[in-house]
Amino acid sequence: MSAVDINMTKQYADDLFKRKRLIAFAIPTVILVYLTYIFFAFDVSGLAARANWQNAVTLASDSWSHKIHVTRDNRSGEISYAVEGERKGEYPQGERPDWVSGEEIITIDLGAGHIVRYLPENRTEVEIPGYPLIEVQAEGRTVTSNLPADLPDWISASSRRIGITTPEGRITLTGARTEVFNYFPGWELFWFTLDSPYHGVGLGQILFGEQIDPTRSNIAGAVFDWWNNKMWRHKDVAWAICETILMAFLGTMGAAMIALPLAFLAAKRFSPIMLLRGATRRLFDFVRGVDALIWTVVLARAFGPGPLTGALAILITDTGTFGKTFSEALENVDQKQIEGVSSTGAKPLQRYRFGVIPQVVPVLLSQVLYFLESNTRSATIIGAITGGGIGLMLTQAIQTQQNWEEVAYYIVLIILMVMFMDWLSGWLRAKLIGTKD
Amino acid sequence: MSDATMTGPAQSVETIQSSYLAQVQRRRLYSGLALLVFVVLMASGFHIADDRNAGGFWDGLHQIGDYPADVLSEAWEKRTELPGLIGKYYPALIETINIAAVATLIGAVGGLFLSLLGTRGLAKWPRLIPLFRRISDVMRAVPEIVIALVLIFVLGGGPVPAMIAIAIHTAGALAKMFSEVAENADLKSVEGLASTGATWSQRMLLGVLPQVAPNYLSYTLLRFEINIRASAILGFVGAGGLGYELRNAMAWGPGRFDEAAAIFILLFGTIVFFDQVSSRYRNRLTEGQGQ
Repeated sequence: MSAVDINMTKQYADDLFKRKRLIAFAIPTVILVYLTYIFFAFDVSGLAARANWQNAVTLASDSWSHKIHVTRDNRSGEISYAVEGERKGEYPQGERPDWVSGEEIITIDLGAGHIVRYLPENRTEVEIPGYPLIEVQAEGRTVTSNLPADLPDWISASSRRIGITTPEGRITLTGARTEVFNYFPGWELFWFTLDSPYHGVGLGQILFGEQIDPTRSNIAGAVFDWWNNKMWRHKDVAWAICETILMAFLGTMGAAMIALPLAFLAAKRFSPIMLLRGATRRLFDFVRGVDALIWTVVLARAFGPGPLTGALAILITDTGTFGKTFSEALENVDQKQIEGVSSTGAKPLQRYRFGVIPQVVPVLLSQVLYFLESNTRSATIIGAITGGGIGLMLTQAIQTQQNWEEVAYYIVLIILMVMFMDWLSGWLRAKLIGTKD
Repeated sequence: MSDATMTGPAQSVETIQSSYLAQVQRRRLYSGLALLVFVVLMASGFHIADDRNAGGFWDGLHQIGDYPADVLSEAWEKRTELPGLIGKYYPALIETINIAAVATLIGAVGGLFLSLLGTRGLAKWPRLIPLFRRISDVMRAVPEIVIALVLIFVLGGGPVPAMIAIAIHTAGALAKMFSEVAENADLKSVEGLASTGATWSQRMLLGVLPQVAPNYLSYTLLRFEINIRASAILGFVGAGGLGYELRNAMAWGPGRFDEAAAIFILLFGTIVFFDQVSSRYRNRLTEGQGQ
């Protein structure tokens, strides 16, 4: 090798390194510039101002705890006790939580020395350790109190409303009513509502103890009361999950059944007419490009909200996707097998059945099963738009902006549902095709 | 074989034939049963779905064309305004694409780390492999809408909640695909690097990434395509972009169908465009591997 050669090689290597170095710096720079642009385009700096951290705190604490409302209606003087303040969670007449006592003067012990007293004449006393006794009088539409002008940040006061937030619970006082919220960990009434005779009864007693409700056997009664629980609506939730899975199942399988014959038309091997082939392919591209969102919108106009609309939206979109992948799989089949079958005198249909289908079935099935799992997720999302399944229940629960324990429950169920479908599709794949390794 | 030599060829052929036929029959029975179960499931599933739907399937079937026809005829009447409307919604389109792009970018980085930390032979802490796998399983299982809705409550509407939601799902989904690729990576270069005293990040960067980069990029492009659709859908529940405009345009109803049509056209065009571009690049990436 001459010196010139070496120099040229060196030059070439240097250039290559220079180029590589440039790329190595250019790509991160481009990404950084893009992210900077996004930072301003999405107004990330303004996000902190728009974000409502109080909401985040409520969400985080409510999702794993529940509160019991003790409410005094200042007009009638009536006092009600209800879980989450909902009618469905009201304590039966004559019953109340054991941290409430007294008849004329209702004493609510929030714990750790925090005591609220509902006095006659719509007066209220709040006792908080390390803070002077707070006295509040509700009159008509206003509230007056002995609170000083400078307040700690856990008390907010105006002539209309006073709010006190303590680690033990919250108190709000308005002219119309006085409310105390006492927080407890756990999902209350998950098993039985307060009107069920099985509420507060241990599992052992239900299974082996004496008959609680004389008209029903313990297990049947308990299952019935749990299934028809008005707070948590286990029956509706189970139905909603079934609906979501049904949407995914019907959509995926229907799409596969429609796409398979059409894929033959789109594959060069089996469809000699170019016009027909092109038309089928454009059809696949079209239904895929329109996207599930627009199909959902269009179909909801025709069929109304519900699981059928969602299933059809998935079906139409996936017909395009399946059509494309199926026809690609069909183009790649081995000609030898088809020749072998046709050498036995098989007719065209038999050639397809015994020469082509066995070759493409593994590809097709694994594709279909993969989509079954991914469509379960899509069905949740489409359900939220078109009104069906667990997606709708989730959006409804979020829109109430207070049933965060239900939201948390639904999220856990959705994750479990998707993981179950993932496992199921993997199991079916292993059963039908055999594992890859 | 010993059977065949003892009883003579004729009988052995017969036994083979009859046992083969019995096997075929059993197979047919099983596949027939499976088919029957499948048909029953489909039929009853369709029936239930039809029952629980607000409008019936057969009543609605002939109405499918009504809404598109309304939209299209109105858009055709006002076709002169269409270019203007497309211009009006162009920023929303850019936002939708931006949401998808940033989410894909962040998700791909997250997926990269999750996949490397969750692959046998590559993980920095081999004992934590199951943990990282479970994390990516859960991230993959969460539908975007769940995170988006919760974040909208906290952060307010806009592109950021959608971006975070899609990024989380993307990280989980890509982690699975990435780690399938990484499992097949050749470990010799990693060992070689380790022998020179390279740190974990150097081993990954110089030993593993060059091997897996084409596949990773191709999966990321595929994900980008999917994420554009997802970002449009999330807009529909209040996360900004084209989906949000579409919901508003639809809420106005007749008289504003030209706006809905403009958005439909933009969305369709974008999806088809990125579909074509990404599939072209993906083909190039995976074909280039063989050479």
